[in-house]
Amino acid sequence: MSDNVSAGGGPTEPILGVEGAQEHEDEQAESARRTRFSALGAWWESLPRVGQWGVILPFVLLVFFLPVINPPLITTEPGNDWPLACFDMARFALVALGLNVVVGQAGLLDLGYVGFFAVGSYVAALWTSPDSSLVHIPYLWTLPLAMIVTVVFGVVLGIPTLRLRGDYLAIVTLGFGEIIRLLATIIPAMRGQVGFQGVGHPPGPAQHGVPLFANNHGTPWYMLTVGVIILVTILLGNVERSRVGRAWIAIREDEDAAEIMGVPTFKFKIWAFATGAAIGGLSGALFAGQVGFVNNQKFDVVTSVLFLCAVILGGSGNKLGVIIGGALVSYIPNRFTSIADYKYLIFGVALVLLMIFRSQGLIGARAHLLLFARTARMRTLELLRNRRREPVTTEEAAS
Amino acid sequence: MIYLPLDTSQWISLDWSSLAQNFWSVTFDGLTFGAIYALVALGYTLVYGVLNLINFAHSEVFISGAYACVFMLTALGFGPSPLSMPAIELVGCLVAACVAAMAASAAVAFALERVAYKPLRARNGSRLAFLITAIGASFTIQYLIYLWRGATAEPAVIMFIPQPVFTVFGSTIDSQQILIVVAAVVMMVVVDQFIRRTRLGRGIRAVAQDPDTATLMGIDRERIIVSTFAIGGLLAGAAALFYVMKVPSGVIYNGGFILGIKAFTAAVLGGIGNIRGALVGGLLLGLIGNYGQILLGDSQWTDVVSFVVLVLILMVRPTGLLGSDLGKARA
Repeated sequence: MSDNVSAGGGPTEPILGVEGAQEHEDEQAESARRTRFSALGAWWESLPRVGQWGVILPFVLLVFFLPVINPPLITTEPGNDWPLACFDMARFALVALGLNVVVGQAGLLDLGYVGFFAVGSYVAALWTSPDSSLVHIPYLWTLPLAMIVTVVFGVVLGIPTLRLRGDYLAIVTLGFGEIIRLLATIIPAMRGQVGFQGVGHPPGPAQHGVPLFANNHGTPWYMLTVGVIILVTILLGNVERSRVGRAWIAIREDEDAAEIMGVPTFKFKIWAFATGAAIGGLSGALFAGQVGFVNNQKFDVVTSVLFLCAVILGGSGNKLGVIIGGALVSYIPNRFTSIADYKYLIFGVALVLLMIFRSQGLIGARAHLLLFARTARMRTLELLRNRRREPVTTEEAAS
Repeated sequence: MIYLPLDTSQWISLDWSSLAQNFWSVTFDGLTFGAIYALVALGYTLVYGVLNLINFAHSEVFISGAYACVFMLTALGFGPSPLSMPAIELVGCLVAACVAAMAASAAVAFALERVAYKPLRARNGSRLAFLITAIGASFTIQYLIYLWRGATAEPAVIMFIPQPVFTVFGSTIDSQQILIVVAAVVMMVVVDQFIRRTRLGRGIRAVAQDPDTATLMGIDRERIIVSTFAIGGLLAGAAALFYVMKVPSGVIYNGGFILGIKAFTAAVLGGIGNIRGALVGGLLLGLIGNYGQILLGDSQWTDVVSFVVLVLILMVRPTGLLGSDLGKARA
């Protein structure tokens, strides 16, 4: 691990040097804090892939063992179980990752994300709970099944609305989130408030007769979810660097222009919507498994707005940002229980203020996100640098 | 592996005989609700026409009016049991409640525009930013009310007992239904004429058609926008009075939410941006929702049916039944 870091440190120096020289030129234009960040960014860019992995790994390990480490000050107040709070953070982070595909990548406003989350939860419940009359399957199989079912819901909802301007999607999804909850209430087979007890959980060695993935064991559930997050992040990263990801960004930046340039916007909007739905369903199924009980009380539309706030707060379009945003939105009410009652108000106000004062969120999507391929980006940066240096030399010659 | 139980009654069952029995009373009731939707829908339609923005917080504008209405009526001595008073006095009280509701709604709409949307316009926010602000503002107002009044509905306020006035097709039409439908239609006609004939109305239409050119022609865009929000607020206040009349115990902090979605559906159904469309869409949606509710057997089906109508109309005819014409066609 440390070998990787030092191996990655080697080739950084010359590029850092170039960057440093250029910073000197722009010194007056940029504040010191900003240069430090861009230097960090340049250093990061200069690392080879393996080196980047090497730097990330310790952080990932730290996050992975968060419930075991239980850091003082950060830990939740006595009433709230820390590992379970960790699971909740991971769940929100996963949801935020999924919603980020729709809102952050493709620029479509989905206000009923909790609907997909609910569908995922109900899939897990219907096919594993003893209360359900359907055929039962092992819990882990419900995760892909939940994704498939939510994709179907996403496509059915997306086809009529995604042909139109984005506003309609916002209100249709807002309605969808509420309708799923209502359907769960009024269709007898969905059992309303009575709900489904004993939702399944993954297999694991039992200790003292308590299964590993018991409802009150936050740690294994947290680790499972973090594993899923890592997997999803890597897969999403690959999708974003592909044609699909470039199409999403083109749609987000200017839909009409994208259409004119030959991007089949409708198709890629459906893709984004379905991808987001699948991740929502996945996190819903995980949530159902951890809680072990699903009824209609957990899927208010207000939760959708919390999800949206996680994405906006973290920085829509930036995967790391939304993961942090999701974790924060879950963490703040758990950590500071005195303000938990005000959380919806706080996050509602936060949405308005963020839009007015810092619409890019805590960690905004990078401006050069448009240039995805690494080598292409490096080459373009080099070109820009050379071009910028030229007038300086001519000026020097003139003086 | 995927197997659904054959007993479909566990999922959805249709009760046609109940619909046939109660058809006319359900129809009249549906029209009453439709009139309320139409009034709220106007707020969505006007703002959408002028700003091209779905003002999600309009449902909170509406519910603020409902709270003001309840407070005013309570202050006048109304309560869970109806008061007996001369007709003139009752009309006076209703007018006072209406004025309170309209003032509260218009004030909330005005504040919303100034605090949330105006700074965003000044910063040239993206379309997405406006929508997110709208939902954030909606939330903020909703939870301010929640923190103030709690999670329970306000105690019911009965204004008067509806008296049957005449009988059509064997079912009675009562005074309340007549009052609500007639008053709503009159208000819609007034607004329609206002938009068509007055100076301010011409300004609204001009901004809806082309904001930049309208500004060049000497129209104060900011003033038009504020007036549009205020007009929407006034109508939402009137709708709030009728809502309290029709559903006396329905004033709760999140009570505007579903009604807002239904009103928006009504606006889309008639053609968003189209004032007459809002009336047609509202009445139609009231009917469809009520039929659906009787057919499917639970009052909450109204909401589901309205939502399905929204999705269907977007699929089949996104410009709505009458087309959208406040500005140019926007789909």
